[in-house]
Amino acid sequence: MDVQSELAVDARGIARRFGPKWVLRGVSLAVHPGEVVGLLGENGSGKTTLLRILSTLLRPSAGTVSVFGRDIAIAGSEVRDDVSFLAHTPGLYDDLTALENLRFAAEMAGGSSVDLRDLIERVGLARVADERVRGFSSGMQRRLALARMILRRPRLLLLDEPYSNLDSDGTVLMNSVISEAKRTGSAAIIVLHELAPAAGILDRTVTIVDGRVMGPSLSSGSRPKSAAGGIA
Amino acid sequence: MTWRRDWSRVRAIVWKDLVTERRSKAGFSSVTALGVTILVLFGFALGPDAQVLRDAAAGALWLAALFAGVLAFSRSYQVELESGALEQLLQYPGSRWTIYVGKLLSNLIFVGLMLVIVIVTAIILFQVRIPATWPSLVAILVLGVVGVVVLGTFYAGMASRIRAREVLLPLLLFPMLVPVLLAAMSASKALLTGDLMHEASAWTRLLIAYDMIFLVATLLAFEHVIEA
Repeated sequence: MDVQSELAVDARGIARRFGPKWVLRGVSLAVHPGEVVGLLGENGSGKTTLLRILSTLLRPSAGTVSVFGRDIAIAGSEVRDDVSFLAHTPGLYDDLTALENLRFAAEMAGGSSVDLRDLIERVGLARVADERVRGFSSGMQRRLALARMILRRPRLLLLDEPYSNLDSDGTVLMNSVISEAKRTGSAAIIVLHELAPAAGILDRTVTIVDGRVMGPSLSSGSRPKSAAGGIA
Repeated sequence: MTWRRDWSRVRAIVWKDLVTERRSKAGFSSVTALGVTILVLFGFALGPDAQVLRDAAAGALWLAALFAGVLAFSRSYQVELESGALEQLLQYPGSRWTIYVGKLLSNLIFVGLMLVIVIVTAIILFQVRIPATWPSLVAILVLGVVGVVVLGTFYAGMASRIRAREVLLPLLLFPMLVPVLLAAMSASKALLTGDLMHEASAWTRLLIAYDMIFLVATLLAFEHVIEA
């Protein structure tokens, strides 16, 4: 197996524009399995757009992206089998209960081997499992979205500002989920505004400024650095 | 097996749509109320002449179904847009046409139930005499509803990716529905008035052809229009 097919993410020269405005201008990024990468940058720098392209929600205007050796333009459906995207909005149904939201997600993902009650207990929502999401706080919705993300054990986690609306327990939970995924060989890309909540789990950071990666981004020849040493 | 997985996804969407609709209650009652209101307004506009009312019944019924249907189609994607659920739906592994088929089936159930109430209202208000060929009339109603829902679900999905979706949906949908409505209206009217010219079967064949063409075309195109 060559280096390229080993990569969890191999993005080369990704550009994306919305109308006349170029949001990404030739971003290249390589992420290894088991690596946790923090994506930094100011508002509007293109971080979320990059995650949306990696998750197959958006097509790039130019450039190529492979996820675990599969080109997202050709094998989008197969790529989605490996990828889970925790977006900024929870994407939950207000009139379904927490458990029903997870059951629906499991059905849509083609089934799940995980016990949904156990999963809901793990994210600290056991006592409201049968209540409608309409009454949930944004932090509780975030926890439920986290449970939905891990119910199918993805090999690539894409997390857009995952710590927003989470209390300290929620932050610990989020980090434990990412660390556990990392231990099993999954990769993660986390969009961050502050390094502090994720400081203990990041292998390295990549900064995007005005749609371009600043500093070295391709690391196809190198293995992930240690969490302590890798933080920029 | 892939088809089993796809079918399970379709079932999940139908279940989710019907459960959220039953619990929110707002959609069905408002859509049905609009359909009935349109019929009542037509009734007032046409006056008390029973024969005039009977002649206009088919046209009024299909127009009520059209306007109430547009509201229903728009609402079926509004639920997905409210908290970013559409993007989550597109994120699940598997073929995206299953989202369309799931939405199509739940809209068929939703609009079908709404039409039952609207039809009963039309029969009473427009003093319609049920013809002996009522099974054919039911078949035409089913074919017409399928045509309207197939196109409505597809264009509502397409419009959901556009900012001015409430304005654009009728603008995109109404011209495409003209042949379906024309065929459904003409066939229903022919049957309600005794089908003296034997034209109902020709309109019905046309309706079947439109339904099949639109169903295949929208199934093939949905994945492309739902992508951002």
